[in-house]
Amino acid sequence: MELTREEEALLDGREGRAAKKAMEILVALGEIYGARRLVRVKSVQIAGVSYDNLGDAGLGFLQEMAADGRARVHATLNPAGMDLVDWRELGISEEFADKQKQVVDTFARMGVVTSCTCTPYFVGNEPGPGDTIAWSESSAVCYANSVLGARTNREGGPSALAAALTGKTASYGFHLDENRQPVVSVEVCTPLDDVTDYGALGKVVGEKLGSRVPYIQGLEQATTDQLKSLCASIATYGGTAMFHAAGVSPEKVKEPRERVIVGSGEIEQAKREMIDPEEVDFVAIGCPHCSLEELRTIAGLLQGKRVSKETWIAVARQVKEAAEGEGIASEIRESGARIAADTCFVVAPIRGRFRCMATNSAKAVFYGRAKNRFRTVFASLEKLIEIATRP
Amino acid sequence: MTLKGRKIFGGKARGKALVSLEAISFFGGVNPDTGVIEEEGHPLQGKNVSGRVLVFPHGKGSTVGSYTLYRMMKTGTAPVAILNRECETIVAVGAIIAEIPCVDRIDIDEIPDDAELLVNADEGEIEIVERVTSIPE
Repeated sequence: MELTREEEALLDGREGRAAKKAMEILVALGEIYGARRLVRVKSVQIAGVSYDNLGDAGLGFLQEMAADGRARVHATLNPAGMDLVDWRELGISEEFADKQKQVVDTFARMGVVTSCTCTPYFVGNEPGPGDTIAWSESSAVCYANSVLGARTNREGGPSALAAALTGKTASYGFHLDENRQPVVSVEVCTPLDDVTDYGALGKVVGEKLGSRVPYIQGLEQATTDQLKSLCASIATYGGTAMFHAAGVSPEKVKEPRERVIVGSGEIEQAKREMIDPEEVDFVAIGCPHCSLEELRTIAGLLQGKRVSKETWIAVARQVKEAAEGEGIASEIRESGARIAADTCFVVAPIRGRFRCMATNSAKAVFYGRAKNRFRTVFASLEKLIEIATRP
Repeated sequence: MTLKGRKIFGGKARGKALVSLEAISFFGGVNPDTGVIEEEGHPLQGKNVSGRVLVFPHGKGSTVGSYTLYRMMKTGTAPVAILNRECETIVAVGAIIAEIPCVDRIDIDEIPDDAELLVNADEGEIEIVERVTSIPE
């Protein structure tokens, strides 16, 4: 790989130890995946923030990097393991809270914006078509590539941090035109309505195609929230970093010849697979984090009602603040539901606290089962509110 | 006999080979406090990687595994070097942040278990010094 003089200086340690380590990571990944050079990135999204996943090892590494590492580009953070302000209300222990605060403070010391959301595109990190970025968080990666038309690989926590501390990433994979071409056409021949339909579609397509890039037809009417649900699901169940949606994705591509058809039978089957016959004791909304629009809908559905089960609505702090301004945050709280900012039910330390989680997120179903050993119920927002408020 | 591969992270090390022909997941698969492989059904289940030259095709599992290698280095349970057939993000990043010499593009079938190896990761060279498995007193 060819490096510029400036990049060589970083690699030689002339700008500190953290920048050197970061450059070593980028160069090694570039060599492994056949990159010819590094490219400048416009923004970074860093995952690996919850202390539940990082542990003391991760915290130790971050502290070492923060000794002299500073972000050289706009960098935002994935959700933490708790609401950084109202963590007690979510039942988080003092000990966990102390460690989690250390993690977030360490990122802040490096100049990373402690946005703590999986929807950076709702809080000012919104790249445009053709922009080179280095993001982790598989749902956001898929949204950036497919909906915004930006270019990123699926970075891990350390490689995204390395991009933040150098302002660079290695040019391979989804940074190159040839790897962004769709290889299979997916024709959706059933009307999709609720976000759960899109989540189920993501599961069907993901499981069918794995990491192959699909060209999906029939999504012209999809809203931002529905696309966000599809991105999270397709990346979880298939591992792809992007899809093309006809009439939605900004890139012009050729329709592939190989074709698969998805009908209502498969969508319904996928939904059934995400439902266990179990009594719900936890209602989880906001994976990926809710938009302001979704909070408005939730406030409307909860009006005059009281929840009888623990109910979390996960959002970015900035979106919560906007909801406070409109008065809808207090309306939601009056029902007894909790607005969980900065965190979510995938990365919070809640294993063992609940038996069966109801959610409208196909991604949350996967991680709820795999990571937290929950039983799950997959249902629309309207149905979730009905379950939550059932006496 | 000398094998030649590609440097992932530089450095020199000497140690006995611990060879797995199956991928290794460090997050959840290896106990960072003891260095013992705990993945159910893994061919190396119950073996300790500490102080060994760990030889395996490539990593698998969660990207948090990179941090596991870092923690093992801090606790003193890490392997002294890593040799892969084809390195990927988890192991590469882990080796770099933990500063473990790491070489890939090695024909790992050529390395007998327990052989004494001299790893010069800077040059991407691995010398099989001694194939004898028993160590003379």
